[in-house]
Amino acid sequence: MATDPIHQFQISKWIPIEIGGLDFSFTNASAFMVATVAGAGAFLFLTTSSRGLVPGRLQSISEMAYEFIASMLRDAAGSHGMRFFPFVFSLFMFVLVANLLGMFPYFFTVTSHVIVTFALAILVIGTVLVYGFWKHGLGFLKLFVPDGVPGVLMPLVVAIEVVSFLSRPVSLSVRLFANMLAGHITLKVFAGFVTSLGAFGVAGAAGAVLPLAMTVALTGLEFLVAFLQAYVFAVLTCMYLNDALHPGH
Amino acid sequence: MANRGKPGDLDGRRRDLEAALAARRRERPSGGEGAERGGKSDFANALKLSSEFIAGVVVGVALGWFIDRMAGTSPWGLIIFLLLGFGAGILNVLRSAGLIAEFGSKAPKKGDDDL
Repeated sequence: MATDPIHQFQISKWIPIEIGGLDFSFTNASAFMVATVAGAGAFLFLTTSSRGLVPGRLQSISEMAYEFIASMLRDAAGSHGMRFFPFVFSLFMFVLVANLLGMFPYFFTVTSHVIVTFALAILVIGTVLVYGFWKHGLGFLKLFVPDGVPGVLMPLVVAIEVVSFLSRPVSLSVRLFANMLAGHITLKVFAGFVTSLGAFGVAGAAGAVLPLAMTVALTGLEFLVAFLQAYVFAVLTCMYLNDALHPGH
Repeated sequence: MANRGKPGDLDGRRRDLEAALAARRRERPSGGEGAERGGKSDFANALKLSSEFIAGVVVGVALGWFIDRMAGTSPWGLIIFLLLGFGAGILNVLRSAGLIAEFGSKAPKKGDDDL
C-alpha cells in the first residue's frame, strides 16, 4: 500500500446492497460522506449551542463561517441572494469538511472523486437553471444574448455563450477534484520517497531529509488548498446564482 | 396608549437596527477582510483560470462528439464545436479575469472585488 499512490482512492464496499440489479452498496465513500455531514452538523450545532453573547473560541469559528459566506453571497448576488444562503453554506461546509477530513492519514477523500464534485456542480447549475426559468421565464435566455452585438455575429456569439455556460459545471467540478487528487498523490509520492530512500543505509537516510521536508511543506499547502477550493467553490456558486437572480445585465 | 405605542416603537427600533447593520456591512468587506485576503486571492485566481479554459474546450469536444454520434455528421460537429469550445474557453478566462463584463455585467466585477 505504501508504494502505490493511487491506492488511497480505491472504493471498497463495506455493506453490499443490491436493489433491482443496481448497486447501492454502502462504500467507504458513502461512509465518509456521512461522516462529513455528521461532523459539520455536529460541529456547528455543538459550538453554537451555548449561544453566548460573547462567543467562545469555537463559537466564533462557527460565526466566522457564517459571516464569511453571508458577506460573500451578499457581495456577489445582493441581498436577494440571501434566500440561497442555506444552500451555499451547506455546500461550503460540505466541501470544506470533506477536504479537511481527507487530510487525516488513512482517511478517504470524498472530493477527490470526480463523480462527487460533478454531482455538486450539477446541483448548483440545476438550481441556477430551475430558479432562473421559474423566476424570469424565457427572459432567462437573455443571459446568452449580449448587448450590442451585430446581427451577423449573433448566432456565433450565442453558440459560444451557450458552450461557455455548459462548461461551468465541468470547470467547477474538475477544479475541485483535480486539486484534491493531485495534492494527495503528490503528498503520497513524496512520503513514499522517504521510506524508499531510508532503505539505503545512512546516506539514504540523510538524503531522505529532503523529501521529508517537502512532505511537511506540502501538508501545509494541502491545508491551504483544502480551504481555498471550498472557498472558490462557494464564490463561483454565488456568482452563478447571481446570474439566475439578475440575468440580462 | 402603552399597548398601542409598543408595536410601532418596536418596529421603529427594528428599522433602526437594520439600518445600523446595513451601514456596518458595507464597511467591513472593503476595510478589514479585503486586505487580509490579498495573498490568497492570487493563488485562487491561478487555480480558477487554468480550469476555466480547459473546461471550455472539453465541453466543446464532448458536445461535438455527442452531436456527431446522434446525427452521424462526423467529423463536422467535432470540428465546429471544438472551435466553439476554444472560443468559450477564452471567453471563460477573460470573464473570470474580469476583463469582459457580460453574462450579467455585475457578476465578474463584483466577484473580482470579492476575491
